[in-house]
Amino acid sequence: MKNRQYWRTWARAICLIGCLLVKNGSYVTFAQDMANIEPLSPPAPPSQVVAKDAPNDTGTSLVVMWVLSPDDRDEFLPRRVIGYDILRKTSESGEYVSVGEQTYQKNRFTDTKCERGKAYWYQVVAIGPSGERSEGVATPTPTGPEPQWIDGSRLWFGFELSIVCAAVLYYIGRANKGDHFTIRHIPGLDAVDEAVGRATEMGRPCLFVPGIQDINDIQTVAGVTILSRVAGLTAQYDAPLEVPTSRSLVMTTARETVQASYLAAGRPDAYREDNIYYLTDEQFGYVAGVTGSMMREKPAACFYFGAFYAESLILAETGNSIGAIQVAGTAESSQLPFFVAACDYTLIGEEFFAASAYLSKQPAQLGSLKGQDFGKLCGAGLIAIGCLLATTISISEFPMIKTALDYLKNNVLGDGGLLP
Amino acid sequence: MKRTIPVLIASIAGLVLIIAHFVPPAQSWGDEVNTWFQILAAFAFFLGGGSLLKMHLKRISDQQEGWGFSAVTLLAFGITLIVGIFKLGVLPSETYPTKPWSGEYLGDGGALWWIYQYLFTPLNATMFALLAFFISSAAFRAFRAKNTEAMILLVTATIVLVGRTYAGAFLTEGFNPHWQLAAIIDEWFMSVFNTAGARAIKIGIALGVVSTSLKVLIGTDRSYLGSEE
Repeated sequence: MKNRQYWRTWARAICLIGCLLVKNGSYVTFAQDMANIEPLSPPAPPSQVVAKDAPNDTGTSLVVMWVLSPDDRDEFLPRRVIGYDILRKTSESGEYVSVGEQTYQKNRFTDTKCERGKAYWYQVVAIGPSGERSEGVATPTPTGPEPQWIDGSRLWFGFELSIVCAAVLYYIGRANKGDHFTIRHIPGLDAVDEAVGRATEMGRPCLFVPGIQDINDIQTVAGVTILSRVAGLTAQYDAPLEVPTSRSLVMTTARETVQASYLAAGRPDAYREDNIYYLTDEQFGYVAGVTGSMMREKPAACFYFGAFYAESLILAETGNSIGAIQVAGTAESSQLPFFVAACDYTLIGEEFFAASAYLSKQPAQLGSLKGQDFGKLCGAGLIAIGCLLATTISISEFPMIKTALDYLKNNVLGDGGLLP
Repeated sequence: MKRTIPVLIASIAGLVLIIAHFVPPAQSWGDEVNTWFQILAAFAFFLGGGSLLKMHLKRISDQQEGWGFSAVTLLAFGITLIVGIFKLGVLPSETYPTKPWSGEYLGDGGALWWIYQYLFTPLNATMFALLAFFISSAAFRAFRAKNTEAMILLVTATIVLVGRTYAGAFLTEGFNPHWQLAAIIDEWFMSVFNTAGARAIKIGIALGVVSTSLKVLIGTDRSYLGSEE
C-alpha cells in the first residue's frame, strides 16, 4: 500500500512539472499561455464583388462573383474561411438581407429569386470557423436581370437537331416521290410473327408489356407502335392478347390501338377490352402483378417494348422460367444486358425505334431511317475529327489545335454556346 | 377526324415543348403543357381504377383461378383509399390545430403512413430483393462458354468482377503492392470498351428518338393510334 502511495506522489510531481513549459528561456504556466492567445479575428474580406445577369434564362436570375478572401486558401488548416454569406438589398437605402451561402473556395453564387425590372445591390461576407464575419464587400452598381430570347447554350444542339430533322424530312420526301430504300433484317422483329404463331399453336396467350412509363415517353409510343403490329397478328391468328399497363393513359391508348388493329384485321368481334388492363403505377407492385399473371396463365410469347428499369430482369427471367419465347426492346441502355441475357431476341437502341418503319414497310417511314443514317454519318464525322485533334495534341501541343478541340468538346458537343 | 385531332394535339404539344427548350421566355408554355398532361393523367386514373375494380370483381364472381389474390387486392385497394381520403389517424397541422383534417395525409403516425411504412415499403423491398436471385440465374446462363462470343463475355466479366472486389487486390498485389493490377485492367475495360459500346448505342438511340418524335409530330407515323388500314 505504501509503495502505491509513493508512486502516486511521483506521478503527481511529474504532471506538475509537465505543466511548466519552457518559452523564450523563461518558465510559463498553461494559464499564462492561454492568457496570451488572441481571440479569433474575422477573416479578410473577399474583393471585386460583381453581379451580372445570368445567361440564357427568363430574366429571374443574377450571378454574383467575387475574388476569394486571401484567408481562403487550402494550405490554411484548420480553415480560416468556411464559406461566404451573400446578402442583397433592393434599394440604395435598404437593408441587406441574406439570400444564400456559398462554401469555401467557391466564388460564384446564382440568385434565382430575382424579379424582372428590379435593381439589386449585393454584398458578400467571408465567414470564419466560429462564425466570425469579415467586412462586407458590396457591388459598385445595382444590377437587374434581363430575359434572353434564345438560349445560347443550346444553339449548337439546335443546329445539330435541325440537320438531322432536315435529313429525315428530305428522305421522307424522296421516298414519297418513289425512291426505294432497303432495310436490313432485324431478327427481333421477324421473331414477332414467329412468337405469335407459336402461341397460337400452343393455345396459350401472348403477353405484351409496354414498359412502366407514361405515354409522354417516346419509348412508350414506340412500344405501342409495335403493339399495333402484335395485335394485328393475334387478331389474324385468333390468339388471346394480354396487355397489363402501369399507367392509365397507356391503358386507354393501348385499347384504342388494339381495337383499331382488330378492326383492320377484320376481327372486331375478337377484341377483348378487358384484356388490356391497368394494374398500378408502382414499379414493383406492377412487377408483382405481371409476374403473378405470367405464372398463372403461362403465356407462350412475351413482348417487352418500352421504358424499363430494375423490373426488366424480374419480368424476363420469370418469362424464361415458364418457357415463353421472349422479344424485348428498350432505349434504356442499362437494361439491355438483362434483356440480352434473358430474352430470345432483343432490339438494341435504334432497332427499337426502327420497328415502326420495319413492320409497316411504308416508303415514308423507311425514308426516315435513311435520314437517321445521315445523322449517324455526321456523328461519325465528328468522332473522327475529335480523334484526329486529340491524337495530334498528344503528339505535339499546337495551341490552335487545342483551342479547336476545346471548342469541339465544350461548344459543339457541350453547352458553351456559339462563341468560344 | 378521329385520327386527325389526336395528331394535331400531339403536334401542337410537341412543338410548344421544342420552342420552350430553346426560347427561355417560352419555358412557362412548356410547363403549361406538362400541367395539362398531369390533369389528363389524373382523369385517366379514374379509368385505370375502374378497370382494376372491374377486372378483379369479375375474377371473384367467376371464381377464376387465383381469385383469392383478387379479393386481397380489392381489400387492400379499398382500405388504402378510405384511409387516405379520410386521413384516418392524421394529427392536425400546427397552423390549424383545431381542424382535424388539416394535417398532411401522409403525416407521421397516421394510418396511411403506417400502411406505407410497415406494409408497402417492406413489400416493395421484397420484390426488389428478388433481383439478386434473378441476376445470378441470368448470369449463369449468359456466361456459359458455348461459343466464341460467350467465351469472350465470360473472360471479360470475370476480369471485371475480380477487379471490383477485394479478391482482385489480393490476387494481384504480388506484382506491386502499390499498383492494383486487377483494378487497372477493370478500369481499362470499363472506360475503353464498355464506354465506346455504350456511346455507340446511345447515339443510335438519340437519332431514333429524334426521328420517331419528328414522325409523330408531322403525323407520318400514326401507328400508335391504331392500324393504318
